[in-house]
Amino acid sequence: MKRIWQRVLFAVASCIVGIAVAVAAESSGAVGVPKSTADHSKFKELQREFASGQEVTKACLSCHTEAAKQIHQTQHWKWEVINPQTQQKLGKRHVINNYCTSATSNFKACASCHIGYGMSENFDFASQENVDCLACHDTTGKYTKPSGFAGAPVTKDTEFPPGSGKIIKGTNLTPIAQAVGKTRRQNCGNCHFTGGGGDGVKHGDLDTSLEKPDRDLDVHMAKDGLNFSCATCHKTDAHQVPGSRYAPTGKDGHAALMPGNPDDKGRNVATCQSCHGQAPHKQAKLNDHTDKVACQTCHIPEFARGDVPTKMRWDWSTAGKRDKNGKPLVVKDDDGYDTYLGIKGDFVWGTNVKPDYIWMNGVNKYTLAEDKIEKSAEPIYINKYEGSARDGKSLIWPIKTFTGKQPFDPVNKTLVVTHLAGADDTAFWANLDWEKAVASGMKTAGRPFSGKVDFIETVSQWPITHMVAPKEKALACVECHSRNGRLAAIDGVYIPGRDAKGMLDMLGWGVVLLAFVGSLGHGLMRIVSRRKN
Amino acid sequence: MSERIYLFKGFERFWHWSQAALIMFMLLTGFEIHGSYALFGFAKAVSYHSFAAWALVGLWVFAIFWHFTTGEWRHYIPTTDKMIAVARFYSSGIFRNEPHPFKPSASNKHNPLQRLTYLGILVFVSPLIWITGWLYLFYNDWAAWGLTNLSLDWVATGHTVGAFLMLAFLVSHLYLATTGHTPLAHIKAMITGWEDVDHGHAPREG
Ligand code: HEM
Repeated sequence: MKRIWQRVLFAVASCIVGIAVAVAAESSGAVGVPKSTADHSKFKELQREFASGQEVTKACLSCHTEAAKQIHQTQHWKWEVINPQTQQKLGKRHVINNYCTSATSNFKACASCHIGYGMSENFDFASQENVDCLACHDTTGKYTKPSGFAGAPVTKDTEFPPGSGKIIKGTNLTPIAQAVGKTRRQNCGNCHFTGGGGDGVKHGDLDTSLEKPDRDLDVHMAKDGLNFSCATCHKTDAHQVPGSRYAPTGKDGHAALMPGNPDDKGRNVATCQSCHGQAPHKQAKLNDHTDKVACQTCHIPEFARGDVPTKMRWDWSTAGKRDKNGKPLVVKDDDGYDTYLGIKGDFVWGTNVKPDYIWMNGVNKYTLAEDKIEKSAEPIYINKYEGSARDGKSLIWPIKTFTGKQPFDPVNKTLVVTHLAGADDTAFWANLDWEKAVASGMKTAGRPFSGKVDFIETVSQWPITHMVAPKEKALACVECHSRNGRLAAIDGVYIPGRDAKGMLDMLGWGVVLLAFVGSLGHGLMRIVSRRKN
Repeated sequence: MSERIYLFKGFERFWHWSQAALIMFMLLTGFEIHGSYALFGFAKAVSYHSFAAWALVGLWVFAIFWHFTTGEWRHYIPTTDKMIAVARFYSSGIFRNEPHPFKPSASNKHNPLQRLTYLGILVFVSPLIWITGWLYLFYNDWAAWGLTNLSLDWVATGHTVGAFLMLAFLVSHLYLATTGHTPLAHIKAMITGWEDVDHGHAPREG
């Protein structure tokens, strides 16, 4: 009897909680008014079982007939960007970085962050059904694309890797498809918070602490504040997401965007200026900075501020050590973060990191797979932002400088594509053999390889633009207006408090000293002469 | 024997002392901005300096108005009359207890060297500080004013040169203020307005 009552009570309580959650999720402003005009759970097309992601996509496309064609035009789909300034072919499919080095030859793992199904070197980029709608439109948080499946979700319990005895649980796509909605920050975060192979690893200003940040961490995204999603600033147009570090806007230089203003056509909407304009401060003196200094420089005093560390250095050259059981060695620091992995090498982590500062005009030059590199020119810049005080297009920006040591071909003098992940015997993470892994990677990439592997120091630059602190936490003036301040290395601009000139000061104080010594001497002579009289 | 004359009028004394205070404060905050030392902190130094700048500019506007409406500007017209004598006095006579060759009067307050120095301050140092300071303050409006080729580097250098000259002047000025017939005589005169003027040799005691 008691049991039944408990169950009834529990059921009633669950209903109330459920309704409350549903109302909170659906409503905006006016209580009970749903945010969306469509309740996808009511659509017949979605009231069925889905055996694969493609089946869901086909259902989506039966109403959203043009969606895949829009997606096909995007960087998220193509993993390719032709840099408008340099014409370099960039994007995840082409670049080699100094984290996990390259997606090519590793798509089965890396493509779990592709917004498609089945990405490979021979992927059909015209395919509509292989567009993954759920990666960005899942609102349940239950949709996952496990590593090893080239971006496909797993719908039935599956042993992976085969023969390992490890089971990946199948995901029921029906409730996920029925609950689709606007992209939330978690959708973006699934990939962008964990770039480089883990939480916070890559960017430094993007990690899971931004899922529910407080105001100090991010004024715009604060859960009890403005609560922006990523798309509030990265406002999409026909599925195109503006704002990319491949070709960022170095200097916006315009007033705030005005809807309908023809002059604003083609502007990047994801800049600070697109909302805040050029004179956002009440105090006039602060507005004097906006022609030279990016907002981010003062308003993001440190990155990795959310207790999630970011990698600052990755040395691949030490990879390969095994523990006494013959397994790749693992060394962790006191906080449980890997500082050495037999499959990856040595890492240095950082939290609350002060950025470096550079003039940046948005031109991002890469060292690509075909570019010749010389050991004598170490460190090799994986990418380097251009800019100067004089080009009229640059502002002083904060960046994360990420250093590494990574494999290269010392004979052909190029960076290399390494086959890291995979069940086959050439994958580095399976056998820790560089020559085999690079040979296989380069073969897949269709690039020449001499058979020799050496290691070379590399640097990559990451603009810091997220984790904007509240104004009380912005940099104090003296952080830059001092001799050895944060902008000590920035040339081409006069910074009061930093740039007193040796010559002028020597002369100036000399004149003052002369006046003083002259007065002193004159006075002494007066005293002495008065005594005599 | 000496005579008391009323040399410095009320406004003049007010102008002198408030300007003195402002300039010293501007030197103090200015050289902190310049990076010579840390005292108030850079941010505070900038806001104090800017605030004082407005006060000083306001004071100068009044002072200029006063000088022209009262004709007092004539005290800064340079003259060579007695210039050599005054120069000789400061370089030797003063040590031999000789009388000052220049006798101030209400119509001729400053000796020829003072006239020249103050004129230099008025037509060179002050305008230099003022114009560069003004530009410094309105950095954001240069483009609107058509000053696209101006660089902050030059403006700041000019302003700093002005500041050094002002400081050198201040040091000498403070010292020379003690060269009256008693060390505090000139200073008292600038406070009360009344100056004791020597006639004849009237040697000092001691
Ligand atoms: C006796 C008067 C003054 C003195 C001795 C003085 C001295 C200085 C000095 C040494 C600096 C630092 C320059 C550098 O290193 O770049 C400075 C900065 C400055 N001064 Fe003056 N100044 C005086 C009057 C003025 C006036 C009248 C104005 C405005 C009309 C002014 C406006 C400024 C501004 C805006 C700065 C720069 C502050 C910043 O960093 O934004 N100053 N001053």
